[in-house]
Amino acid sequence: MSEWKYNLVAFNTIFSKEIRRFMRIWPQTLLPPAITMSLYFVIFGAVIGSRVGEMGGFDYMTFVVPGLVMMAVITNSFSNVASSFFSNKFQKSVEELLVSPVPNWVILAGYTMGGVVRGLYVGVLVMLLGAFFVELQVHHILITLLAVFLTATLFALGGFINAVFARKFDDVAIIPTFVLTPLTYLGGVFYSVDVLPEPFRSISLLNPILYQVNAFRYGILGQDSGISTGWAFVVMVLAIVIMATWALHLLRVGKGLRN
Amino acid sequence: MRESRVKARVTLCKGFDGEEALHNTDYKNMPQALKIQNLRKQYDNGFQALKGIDLSVEEGDFYALLGPNGAGKSTSIGIISSLVRKTSGKVSIFGHDIDTDLVRAKRMLGVVPQEFNFNQFEKVEDIIVTQAGYYGIPAKEARQRSEKYLKQLGLWDKRHNVSRMLSGGMKRRLMIVRALIHQPRLLILDEPTAGVDIELRRSLWDFLRDINGQGTTIILTTHYLEEAEQLCRNIGIIDSGKIVENTSTKALLGKLQQESFVLDLKKPIEYLPTFAGYTVKMLDNRSIEVEVGKHQGVNDLFRQLSECRIEVASMRNKSNRLEELFVNLTSDASATDASGADSSGQTKGSAAEKGEAHGE
Repeated sequence: MSEWKYNLVAFNTIFSKEIRRFMRIWPQTLLPPAITMSLYFVIFGAVIGSRVGEMGGFDYMTFVVPGLVMMAVITNSFSNVASSFFSNKFQKSVEELLVSPVPNWVILAGYTMGGVVRGLYVGVLVMLLGAFFVELQVHHILITLLAVFLTATLFALGGFINAVFARKFDDVAIIPTFVLTPLTYLGGVFYSVDVLPEPFRSISLLNPILYQVNAFRYGILGQDSGISTGWAFVVMVLAIVIMATWALHLLRVGKGLRN
Repeated sequence: MRESRVKARVTLCKGFDGEEALHNTDYKNMPQALKIQNLRKQYDNGFQALKGIDLSVEEGDFYALLGPNGAGKSTSIGIISSLVRKTSGKVSIFGHDIDTDLVRAKRMLGVVPQEFNFNQFEKVEDIIVTQAGYYGIPAKEARQRSEKYLKQLGLWDKRHNVSRMLSGGMKRRLMIVRALIHQPRLLILDEPTAGVDIELRRSLWDFLRDINGQGTTIILTTHYLEEAEQLCRNIGIIDSGKIVENTSTKALLGKLQQESFVLDLKKPIEYLPTFAGYTVKMLDNRSIEVEVGKHQGVNDLFRQLSECRIEVASMRNKSNRLEELFVNLTSDASATDASGADSSGQTKGSAAEKGEAHGE
């Protein structure tokens, strides 16, 4: 058997193990985001949204749905890899992988794609829930899919790096609590950056999540929010390259994994 | 014996991989199953776990690596399996250097660690099939292979059980199946029978003898010295990060100068008679302890006992023979280590270093 076939089997093994994991514990992985997002739809869309009026040229409920989908994708792709890989570290079952001949890039790809699928799974679930509240029509299917896929990949990589550095379960929650949540809330999920006064608008442009949310919203709603979609994709690809390189470096030196 | 083992190995390889080319292999020049040269490990906190060990294990061997807690056994296994980074030195598995050819070296190796290190929430079969997948074995083939080992080790009925529900002995057997699923040529077991009952320990011994007979080279660490004596052809003793002995089990036991036996008596005795040529002490009025020299034998002892009308009900070794040697060797090494250390913490020439040279 050639080396790439070995690697393909190994990738499929890690990938399907990850899918099996989050499907097995669906009340912890799929149900909570569905409930949380339903509450967001009710509160921000139906209750508060009706008083807000229009945002970015759309009624508030229509505007907020793509943002909430992305928020779910970001948090779920991140937390899937972070908790799964850390759990394997904690139980030492990661040693099964480390003693095997699986190359580091296959390990990273398997876990990352597992996180991406969880993110997409939850994204579709939230989208379907959103369809109960607003009539959504995808304007640019390719941009929509690319935006959500790249975003899920980026944050799955982030989750992997978080898990590598984490020493206890509390450490897995630090980045989501102190970095991801503020950046997501300030990343144009609930409002358009155009409504912000300077210098807050310019500061917001430094937030990478803003580009992802706007690219996805553009794909769904078909209206340019003033943030270049092309630039958004450049930012995402660059960020993925940087994060993947970092994660591979950590695996190579065995940070938190090898003594 | 050795030749038959090698033949078995060839049959095994042909069966698994169809590598007909092995027919013409020059076995005498085949690389050793494991070769360690001047291996050193210093942890970040400055602790020197390994102080330059040399070790080689021949293909087909059943080798025991013994040593007290903290001697460096697990660190050595960690380095061989790439879970621990070495400070310096060389390690090769069947000629594949772990620095330059790690993937091939890993394919040759199966490891059963001391601690349970599988996902406690997964099912037995899933754990094994997943591990096989890491070695490029598709799930269907992995299930077929796992059936054989699961049945042999009495886990077949438990294959759909979540692993955390297994008993300690079952978990240990699960780790053995997992380590064998890719049919490694070298199997390393770190304390494989720790905490398992006697019956299970004996059945594991039979299993290990069987797979060794089929050609798999086995290295085990154990605290049960009887286990090493029963199973292993060669023994290495490691202490304070150095190999202090590396020889055949037979040669090692040959170094034993005297053995102590406990004799249980049929009837109680009031006082202890003197026995010419033997050191005897009374443990209680129904048992005595006798020291017997290497070349003495016990016939004369029994003659003298008979003359004194003392009837013996049973006789047993006071302690495991290997245990006595082990204690002597490791205490010697510790003493040498302490006296040989100079002000800079370096050790001078010692018996321990002679042991390392012997090991190479």
